[in-house]
Amino acid sequence: MALPSYATRGERLWHYVFLGLCALIFLFLIGPLLVIIPLSFNAEPYFTFTRAMAHLDPSGYSLRWYHEFFTSSAWLDSIKNSFIIGISATLLATVLGTIAALGLTSRHMPARGLIMALLISPMIVPLIISAAAMFFFFSKIHLTQTYLGVILAHTALGIPFVVITVTATLSSFDTTLIRAAHSLGANPVRTFFKVVLPLVTPGVVSGALFAFITSFDEVVVVLFVSGPEQRTMPIQMWSGIREEISPTILAVATLLVGLSILLLTTLELLRRRGERLRGLSPG
Amino acid sequence: MSDSSSYPLTTADGVPLKTSLRRAVRRSRLKALLLVSPLLAFLLIAFVMPIAEMLWRSVDNPEVATALPRTAEALADWNGEALPDEAVYAALAADLEAGDKARSLGKMASRLNYEKSGMRSAVMGTARRIEGVEPPYKPALIAINADWGELATWRVIQRESSPYTLSYYLAAIDRQYSPDGDIVAVPEYMQVYVGLFWRTFWMSAVITLLTLLLGYPVAFLLANLPLRHSNLLMILVLLPFWTSLLVRTTTWIAILQSQGVLNDIMVAVGLIADDARWQMIHNKTGTIIAMTHILLPFMILPLYSVMKTIPPSYMRAARSLGGKPLLSFRRVYFPLTIPGIAAGGILVFILSIGYYITPALVGGQSGRFITNYIAYHMQTSLNWGLAAAIASILLLVVIVLYMLFNRLIGVDKVKLG
Amino acid sequence: MIKKTRFKGTLAGAVGVSALVAAVAAQAQTLNIVSWGGAYSESQQKAYHEPWMKKTGDEIVNIDRSSNALAGLRAQSQAGNVTWDLVDMLPADAMIACDEGLAETIDADALLADAPDGTPPSKDFIAGSLGECFVPQIVYSNVVAFNTEMFPADHQPSTIADVFDLDKYPGKRALMRKPINNLEWALVADGVDPKDVYDVLSTDEGVARAFEKLDTIKDQVIWWEEGAQPPQLLADQEVAFGSGYNGRFFNAAVAEGQPFKIIWDAQVFELDGWVVPTGKLDKVKDYLKFATDTQRLADQAKYISYGPARKSSSAMVTTHAATGIPMKTHMPTFPPNFKTAIPKDNTFWADHNDELTQRFNAWLAM
Repeated sequence: MALPSYATRGERLWHYVFLGLCALIFLFLIGPLLVIIPLSFNAEPYFTFTRAMAHLDPSGYSLRWYHEFFTSSAWLDSIKNSFIIGISATLLATVLGTIAALGLTSRHMPARGLIMALLISPMIVPLIISAAAMFFFFSKIHLTQTYLGVILAHTALGIPFVVITVTATLSSFDTTLIRAAHSLGANPVRTFFKVVLPLVTPGVVSGALFAFITSFDEVVVVLFVSGPEQRTMPIQMWSGIREEISPTILAVATLLVGLSILLLTTLELLRRRGERLRGLSPG
Repeated sequence: MSDSSSYPLTTADGVPLKTSLRRAVRRSRLKALLLVSPLLAFLLIAFVMPIAEMLWRSVDNPEVATALPRTAEALADWNGEALPDEAVYAALAADLEAGDKARSLGKMASRLNYEKSGMRSAVMGTARRIEGVEPPYKPALIAINADWGELATWRVIQRESSPYTLSYYLAAIDRQYSPDGDIVAVPEYMQVYVGLFWRTFWMSAVITLLTLLLGYPVAFLLANLPLRHSNLLMILVLLPFWTSLLVRTTTWIAILQSQGVLNDIMVAVGLIADDARWQMIHNKTGTIIAMTHILLPFMILPLYSVMKTIPPSYMRAARSLGGKPLLSFRRVYFPLTIPGIAAGGILVFILSIGYYITPALVGGQSGRFITNYIAYHMQTSLNWGLAAAIASILLLVVIVLYMLFNRLIGVDKVKLG
Repeated sequence: MIKKTRFKGTLAGAVGVSALVAAVAAQAQTLNIVSWGGAYSESQQKAYHEPWMKKTGDEIVNIDRSSNALAGLRAQSQAGNVTWDLVDMLPADAMIACDEGLAETIDADALLADAPDGTPPSKDFIAGSLGECFVPQIVYSNVVAFNTEMFPADHQPSTIADVFDLDKYPGKRALMRKPINNLEWALVADGVDPKDVYDVLSTDEGVARAFEKLDTIKDQVIWWEEGAQPPQLLADQEVAFGSGYNGRFFNAAVAEGQPFKIIWDAQVFELDGWVVPTGKLDKVKDYLKFATDTQRLADQAKYISYGPARKSSSAMVTTHAATGIPMKTHMPTFPPNFKTAIPKDNTFWADHNDELTQRFNAWLAM
């Protein structure tokens, strides 16, 4: 955002103040995530920087909380559970959501607005309300305290994300490409695999990633619907934060920040690929 | 072509074009519906029916009628003016004796105790001693527990014998039935929920305003930078968005607590004394800071997508027509961003009033939301009816806002990332 | 925190024994036992679970859900899938579980072990401690402790009134975010005799008086919700006083060397014990008999400073397993500690908890 050449001195000053302000806001956004990374290498069981850490003394740093994490069966079990539940819910949400998105983007879909509003509602209804409601209903049909119950609940929560991303991809899909493929001699099967699928996949995958992270990060519903067997990582963190904050939590947090960077990168690559394929950007 | 019926346009196989088109449309409608139906069916079971069940729970009132069937029947046409007669007491004695044997009185005792403190021990204590009690039951029961000699006790039992109740909703808005059956406010020293609803709303409004103040400049910057740079900065917005909510909440605990990073730094540089550390967490401040941070991306993204569509030439045109920068901004640019403000604002507000985790962890006792009471009544007090009533009221607010959002912006305009 | 420990029979060599092992192994089962976690679960692990697993080959899974045990039990029973086999509960919760038919009634003399001298359980457990569905293990106490480093050596607090005296003893107080205990203490600090506390609390004026007393320290209170918080807040010197369970303070002081001292004045003591979820009696009755016998209850006192609920066990309480210090003076029931003790009135709280909690919450929000 360059300054125009006719800017006055006051405007220049304001311009730099504005940039400074934005820098501060970015710091507010990202700073907290950066703070915990060094804290997780604390050699002491404290939740803050020790003197040794501040002086960059190597003895102030250690991997002990990571060691604690990777040797704790409670933590490892909880990760396993989170993946089992997250992956199952993602698959279910992605399949159901993608099929529905195909219908929703049809020009002749009746009551589209209403149905869309309903499909998005799990994202809008406060989690605590969904959790309480699911607890009441699932316990009636004997689904509480089961993996299936938690998976179904998380599927419902992940669906809006899949529906949103896939319908967005499909509606920006340029149908002339199909005709072009046909006219160039491709049969429908070949067209689907060579043209349609590559263009739609990024949307489906990013919807799936959203659904996965939703499940992977979800506490409230699990808190209500799950039993001790289905203890997930967010539950483990939640009780850790409530009861006694040990820096193990910070080690976990750092690992999770790493995970989100990974997911974000994947998503960004997908987006670029999608744009390139659609010829929107030079890549 | 004035009379198309005499020369109908037909397709190759002779079917009129209109019919054929209609048929095709019908077929593709059906196909679209069919594609959506598995998901609709799934959501019906996994989401809509649970919500319906919860709404039903908020008025459902089976406990007294189930556990005291004889008493309920005997009380049905009691006028409530004077203590009921012996027949009612005998019915109660029979119900209590049967219930004590079947151990089925507990929920009813808790239910009545919500309405009138002391009913739990009146019911359970009497049930334990009912065996071998001889008629006349009226004096015998009153001798066991004096509550049976109070009009109010019987009015409560009569009222709560009905299969549906408004008591939970009344409790959720700090109201109750008076002994005469009128709806009155609970004493001031017992009022909790209305205040908490308001606190939830005004704190959410503050959070929404803060996200707007912080989000607007950032969105403006992102929308006006060359794509290469803005993509890079966008990552700074998306990373927190993608990071676990618990992680973000944890970091704020580490930063804000009184032995935390921020206080330590301020003490180290001599800004504050060691014994005068700021209390920035476990209060309203903590909730507002942490939630502003967590919800900021939800404001920035809709603002950004609206600002992206505003051609920079508009501002230039305004300037070249002689508008002062501030005036051009206010008259030209800002009005164009109002849809983004509305979208982000409603979204952040809806998400905020329903938050549970963050206020519970960093809100202390002054910074918690109404959601904490839903969890409390679900898990600790076990007053599930009240939890359902509070949740239903909150749900109503959310639905109204969601409809507003849908009307103004349209859910299909929601974009992610 | 779920711990899994399995004893594997390695005695299969000897012919005579192997048959026995086979017989035991055939019956070996997994018991899901719900308790409080932390130091308390550890004391149960050492005193009850480990000897039992060694004896029978059973596997015991510890589930730390006692703070929400009643909710969990209700949910499981409603879901028709009770996975808990034995639940550690407070008597008030046990009473409700019993009333709602969630718990098995326990005939103590038929199901539990006699004392070594043959005294039947109904006589050996502290009078009135056995409930319809409740087998007590320990007597524990809610107390206020303080960090001795935060006051001069010659000016240390000693009574509950001191906790309410901000002039003499400034500093923050960590109190439980519930009316229970706090209202009792407020009244005692205001001059009510510990014996009369519940009579006074039964009147509107008494409740108002308790809240008025709490008002005097309200802005200096940090309200805690998890039992692990107060020792931590005290250790970090975030607070000068903290209310909590005496065993947790003992552990922090003895095992971790924290400078904590317990104010025994007006301790509110009660029991804690087992409840058998409906339908689980056959599965757990052998374990229950074993874990509540005289020796086991006496053993538990080696690991945590809670008094055994059996009279025959009290005589056997010796020293702390890890440090060797005598346990007797750290018990809530030690006579000098017990002089002004308040027995928690569970009937009062069963009736008034909902009402007083709402009033307490309203008071907090004011």
